[in-house]
Amino acid sequence: MLRLEKLTKIYKTGDKALNAVDLEVPQGQVLALIGPSGAGKSTLIRCINRLVEPTSGTVTLDGTELTGLGSGGLRKARRRMGMIFQEYALVERLTVMKNVLSGRLGYVPFWRTLLRTFPQSDVDEAFRQLDRVGLLEMADKRADELSGGQRQRVGICRVLIQNPAVLLEDEPTASLDPKTSRQIMRLICELCEERNLAAIVNIHGVAKTALRQFPGPALAAHCFGALPDRCLCLD
Amino acid sequence: MLYLIAAFASIDVNWSWVYEGLDRGWKFIVAFANPDFTSRATDIKEGLIENAVITIVSTVVGIAVSIPIGLGAARNISALPVYLVCRAIVAISRSLNGIVVAILLVAILGFGPLASFLTLSFATIVFLSKLLAEEIEDMDKVQAEAIRATGGSWLQRFDYGVFPQIVPRLIGLSIYRLDINFRESAVLGLVGAGGIGATLNTAFDRYEFDTAAAILLMITAQLWCWNTSRVSSARRCNDGDL
Repeated sequence: MLRLEKLTKIYKTGDKALNAVDLEVPQGQVLALIGPSGAGKSTLIRCINRLVEPTSGTVTLDGTELTGLGSGGLRKARRRMGMIFQEYALVERLTVMKNVLSGRLGYVPFWRTLLRTFPQSDVDEAFRQLDRVGLLEMADKRADELSGGQRQRVGICRVLIQNPAVLLEDEPTASLDPKTSRQIMRLICELCEERNLAAIVNIHGVAKTALRQFPGPALAAHCFGALPDRCLCLD
Repeated sequence: MLYLIAAFASIDVNWSWVYEGLDRGWKFIVAFANPDFTSRATDIKEGLIENAVITIVSTVVGIAVSIPIGLGAARNISALPVYLVCRAIVAISRSLNGIVVAILLVAILGFGPLASFLTLSFATIVFLSKLLAEEIEDMDKVQAEAIRATGGSWLQRFDYGVFPQIVPRLIGLSIYRLDINFRESAVLGLVGAGGIGATLNTAFDRYEFDTAAAILLMITAQLWCWNTSRVSSARRCNDGDL
């Protein structure tokens, strides 16, 4: 269960990106966050895992208050939050396999990750995940050799190997063509259901007219390709 | 125009000296046409080896020291106090010219390759840490952000999120710097800091122009060998996985 209470973010420039947001996402729920760009969707997601430091308010994940954690505690907490990015954010010069394994960085001591000797169980799990998304034969290719859809699937594998409790997805399909977008969205929804994960999915660039045209879940389904459990519009 | 004429008129040329000089100049040219590799062969060999050792060791040490400084001097990954200290180091050291440092070090440490080694290490640090810091500041920050989001520590973030992005540039710059150090180490000998430059200086002091010619040719040959070998190795650096 992820709970936000009065979460507020004011940037140094004075922009109020989030204004006392209250939100609850129970285990197993996929929440679509819809709104025009600049509405604060990305900020909301980044405030949850504190890539952006919230100005005030609290974030609680399964009873742990993330906003009060020190750097060590925060690192531990981040392992339970998988993040998927619009631009995939793979390490371009590493192989697909190493990219997937980088999801284990929070669990494996530094010297082992430096020597690239991850525990065998992690490697096995990485192969399983790659097989699940149909990229097994790509394991030794470099990430920059893959297509957009393939990269995002590697991104999903990297997140799943973290063994997360919640997925934070920042416009996961914004850089993909419509067909691939729908495939990726369907995959994400399936995985959330399989593992009973909570997820917040940002969806970008929805024009205000479209917001008026189809309110709520219909709009979500329209831009989502798959039906989320719940849909929230930020304005 | 008038100024030019006036300026030329003010140059005081002693024609008899020029005439005597011509004679010596001719000897010089003749000597250079007949380079003498043999009579000081062991000196030349030792000088060249010393040169190579100075270059390689100073470059390696310089790279090793400049990586942490470069990291510290990159604003996007370092805390403000660390950043300021490292930037200050870079800024201050950049204001010192290599030759000046060499002269200073020769005065402090005496003649010999140690001064040359320290000068080149210093120059490498100055050069590399600044360019490295700039490269890190220009990197794609989302890749590092993704590693941070997985719960990686600072070192892991560097190892996975930053290092793979800067490695081609780091290798390129290091090779380029090795190249410069190779040439510089020959020059530094002239101010007394050891290496083939010292041998060259001695040859000139003894008016052994034929030996000096041989030394210059050997330096050129060494540089040329080095350059051809590095071109092929540089190409291979870009497309490995790390």
